[in-house]
Amino acid sequence: MGRISSFLFVVARDWMMALGLLLLLSVVFMAATAQLFFPAPPDTMMGPPLQWPGQYPGAPLGTDGLGRNILAGLFYGARISLLVGFVSVTVAMVFGILVGAFAGYYGGWVDMILMRVTELFQTIPQFMLAIVVVAVLGPSIEVIILSLAIVSWPAIARLVRGEFLVLREKAYVQGCIVVGMSDMRIIFTQILPNAMSGVTVMSTIMIATAILMESALSFLGFGDPNVMSWGTMIGLGRNNLRDAWYIMTIPGIALLLTALALNLVGDGLNDYFNPRLRSQKGQ
Amino acid sequence: MKPTRRPFPWVFLAKRVAYGALAILAIAVINFFLLKLAPGDAAEALAGQAGTADPEYIAQLRAQFGLDQPLHSQLWAFLVRLATLDLGYSYVFNERVSTLIFSRLPATLMLMVTAIVIAVTGGIVFGVTAARYVNRWPDRAISFVALLLYGTPPYWIGLMMILVFAVTLGWTPTSGMENVVAFNTGWSRVVDIAHHLILPALTQAVFYLAIYIRLVRAGMLEVLSLEFIRVARAKGISERRVSYHHALRNAVLPLVTIVGTNVGSFLGGAVLTETVFSWPGVGRLMFDAMFLRDLNLLLSILVLSSLFVIIANLIVDLLYAIINPTVELR
Repeated sequence: MGRISSFLFVVARDWMMALGLLLLLSVVFMAATAQLFFPAPPDTMMGPPLQWPGQYPGAPLGTDGLGRNILAGLFYGARISLLVGFVSVTVAMVFGILVGAFAGYYGGWVDMILMRVTELFQTIPQFMLAIVVVAVLGPSIEVIILSLAIVSWPAIARLVRGEFLVLREKAYVQGCIVVGMSDMRIIFTQILPNAMSGVTVMSTIMIATAILMESALSFLGFGDPNVMSWGTMIGLGRNNLRDAWYIMTIPGIALLLTALALNLVGDGLNDYFNPRLRSQKGQ
Repeated sequence: MKPTRRPFPWVFLAKRVAYGALAILAIAVINFFLLKLAPGDAAEALAGQAGTADPEYIAQLRAQFGLDQPLHSQLWAFLVRLATLDLGYSYVFNERVSTLIFSRLPATLMLMVTAIVIAVTGGIVFGVTAARYVNRWPDRAISFVALLLYGTPPYWIGLMMILVFAVTLGWTPTSGMENVVAFNTGWSRVVDIAHHLILPALTQAVFYLAIYIRLVRAGMLEVLSLEFIRVARAKGISERRVSYHHALRNAVLPLVTIVGTNVGSFLGGAVLTETVFSWPGVGRLMFDAMFLRDLNLLLSILVLSSLFVIIANLIVDLLYAIINPTVELR
């Protein structure tokens, strides 16, 4: 209870984080109500093509080259962005935490092998690896989530390892060892909770990165062809760059605001977890 | 106390080269198994992607890849071919894969280097300015713009810049690397390419500009609070000189490492930038390979790009040691 109220207090004091949360909640709202407001699938023709925003009452944000409602596309795209962002980062978190925790806790050759593998994955250009995974396994939403998880986990593993290296030496951990607690119990119930604040901050920002990468894949035409994604909308709008630039501009702004929201929340969480660092930001 | 000049770090270099070779070997193995994961066997997949189902061609491919052999000898053959840079032949482009990639490399390097220069210079200038006016309006404006750029999809910024600067204002060309029908030579060709380079390089730079601004600002704030800066100020040295001469040297060091670690993502970003601007580099080649489903070319680009990242990181490590003599190379 005290935790929640102190969190709310931080939100109230930090208007940037409040703005981020508000933006994020709007995106969640769009994703949740897409079907309610727009019962027809987002790829159905809803009116005459190339209607500018405000020109056609059925589509307040206009229609694209095939007469699809851009506003409906935004609502359905929010679903894809949030789904891909959250699920891929969750998968990456589970894997990254496991690798980082074992490497940091056991040290020695376990650490060496796990970290060499991690560095290896950081050497391969991320976006190129994501493209190749999609090329090999085929463009579906599951494969895209998997490919983004594959490129996201190394950063988490390194962060968690760093935290574990420090925390392992703490007196309370030594105490746990002395009373005969099993390694697994120490790792997951004693050390991990104390390492989670950094992971939470990082994962928030990584969701933004994952959302941008998914949009980039869809923009190039390598996304799931059966779903409407913001990146797909930008990619299609590119054909009308000269005569109807609003088609690619609107989903781009949606992406920008979503990524901005997640970054603001990430920064805010960082201040919440490390209140002493606030002074360094000069606030 | 004068730092003594150290001998060239041969041992460090040898260790890193050995590690780099191991890493590239591992990446090649990963690639091999990725290719194995593709539906059907590689020969069928490659033939299908080349647009033929000619059984003779498939048989030829099978022999070429030794698909009738056991897995470990297949892997060995793959590695041997890789070591000799024999990456196979692209039937889609009618060209040897290695020739194809190396002919596209200069364009990508030009784009990357220009983008890195823009991002680093901009990051230093804006980052130092923000730190000097911390919490006043220049800092707030710069930090806000950096925050916005950090969350904006770069390819979208590229499209918006095409819309504004190329289509509406007509200041720059919309795409391509040079005006081929003009048959420019000498200086006029250089100017023409530079003209085409502006928008792609900016597009490629914005995201990193945002990161570097934040990094330089944070580094500067930390250094500016140290004792030696107070001494410099007390000596009456101008604020500008204190910032750029005394503080920046120390604040910019982490930037070198970060630029090194970003080389890989610069290459990944090049796929998008080069596609948006039809820039004839490796990134655009990767897009075409994906679009035309040339899996072998795709994987070859991935392996060579990883090799490039390893070499770039090695250079950055050595560079770092030259700039900062206190660092120990192990």
